[in-house]
Amino acid sequence: MSSATVERNRSGFSFAAYVTCLNGIVWREALRFLHQRERFVSALVRPLVWLFIFAAGFRQVLGISIIPPYETYILYEVYIAPGLMAMIQLFNGMQSSLSMVYDREMGNMRTLLVSPLPRWYLLFCKLLAGTAVSLLQVYAFLAIAWFWDIAPPPIGYLTVLPALILSGLMLGALGMLISSGIKQLENFAGVMNFVIFPMFFASSALYPLWRVQESSPMLYYVCLFNPFTHAVELIRFALYGQANWISLAVVGGCAAAFMIGAIYAYDPSRGLIRRGPAGGET
Amino acid sequence: MTAADTPAAGHISQDLHPRHEPAEVPALSIDGVSHSYGARRALVDINFAVAPAGFTALLGLNGAGKSTLFSLVTRLFGIQAGRISIFGHDIGIAPGEALRLLGVVFQPRTLDLDLSVRQNLLYHAALHGIVRREASLRSHEVLTRIGLDDRAGSKVRDLSGGQMRRLEIARALLHRPRLLLLDEATVGLDVKARADILNHVRQLVADQGIGVLWATHLFDEITPSDDLVVLHQGRVLAHGQVARVITDAGAHDVNSAFMRLTGAATESGSRAP
Repeated sequence: MSSATVERNRSGFSFAAYVTCLNGIVWREALRFLHQRERFVSALVRPLVWLFIFAAGFRQVLGISIIPPYETYILYEVYIAPGLMAMIQLFNGMQSSLSMVYDREMGNMRTLLVSPLPRWYLLFCKLLAGTAVSLLQVYAFLAIAWFWDIAPPPIGYLTVLPALILSGLMLGALGMLISSGIKQLENFAGVMNFVIFPMFFASSALYPLWRVQESSPMLYYVCLFNPFTHAVELIRFALYGQANWISLAVVGGCAAAFMIGAIYAYDPSRGLIRRGPAGGET
Repeated sequence: MTAADTPAAGHISQDLHPRHEPAEVPALSIDGVSHSYGARRALVDINFAVAPAGFTALLGLNGAGKSTLFSLVTRLFGIQAGRISIFGHDIGIAPGEALRLLGVVFQPRTLDLDLSVRQNLLYHAALHGIVRREASLRSHEVLTRIGLDDRAGSKVRDLSGGQMRRLEIARALLHRPRLLLLDEATVGLDVKARADILNHVRQLVADQGIGVLWATHLFDEITPSDDLVVLHQGRVLAHGQVARVITDAGAHDVNSAFMRLTGAATESGSRAP
């Protein structure tokens, strides 16, 4: 029996075919990202503006007490760095979602969806590709932030990687789920107002939760149940070589739930693509 | 281990090479398919088959349901009623087996305009699990065949409409399907580009034995030896060889046969309660 026969799985494709497909999708996302230089620049400028301007202005107002994982007093810039890393991933996840809506409007999405490989696998590859792009952005941000005295322990750059992958998957899956519900590109502005801003501001990205609790107990609970808060905390702890198990469980659980939702939504017998033909088609 | 089993050239290609089905199995079989968008019925009890190595024209006006039918065959929409098989593989039960035998050119352009000609082909190959080296060989082969090998590095957005369509057809053939669907593939092209593309597709049927379903609303794209399916307001009005459809309709050409059939259908439809 040949190795090819041994490797075949139920859908009739070899393991190498799945790997080839994953490589192809990641490669295409990376190419598109590199072709859109302004996207890369804006992905970097956005958190740097927060770091250089917002944090500099608020460092005297928003004092941070010693809270885990920090073992001493820290600058406000140091505190918000993990939140800004998560923000990069949040925007990237929504950008991927925007790109999927665009692809659907332009017809490119069909190329992906008529592949004979299982649809759940194609969507998962797309998710991994988006996460890989977000990792590039986050590490570029960390490299620049290092010159601004945001210098976690060297091992932190490594230990934060799994946390970034998991949070990237969660936020990408959320974007994918949202994209399944958006019919037209014009509707995407709503995502900014109703998803990105509330998720970012109602989280521990810019201020610790104990401060939120002091001013508004209700908002504290909103922040506590916000999955983005847990993505931020997961990254924050991992950046200092520590694990926040609750955040790990929440982010892992939400990533799985959003992914299942997206696969369900893209199922031809249930999801978005049964609504009707694209404009002009019959 | 045989040469065909080696990872470089073998087992991926082996995955994609069609298996041999008995000759009588139709390339595409559509049995009792209906589809609705809410209360609006887009397709009603559609039945027809496309022969392997045959050219079948799907003729219908805009709004007839051609694109809906294509979306069902390609599994972009879920099948609400009926059954669709490609070389005997039910698209609902074994979509992977069915889709690997299918190449498709959709009505709207589905190329990535920001990628090069070659990158578009390699991306398509990856989606079908074709390893990079094999994909490069096949890309070169198809680009040479359609006369675009000198444009391999060009951005797709720099191609003309006819070149884009030829590229889409080449891309649809990259994984060596046995059935090719083309949804109004010549729309928006000039007369020469239309003729080139149509000749190219007919050549594929003759040389490579590929079954073709060609959706169109243009009568001059149909020849007497083709099979013809007339689709109107979501219903099949006639199906068979063109000459027979013309005779059965009591007409002297495709144009008048279509007008008679659809005129009659519209009349009876308008009389229906």
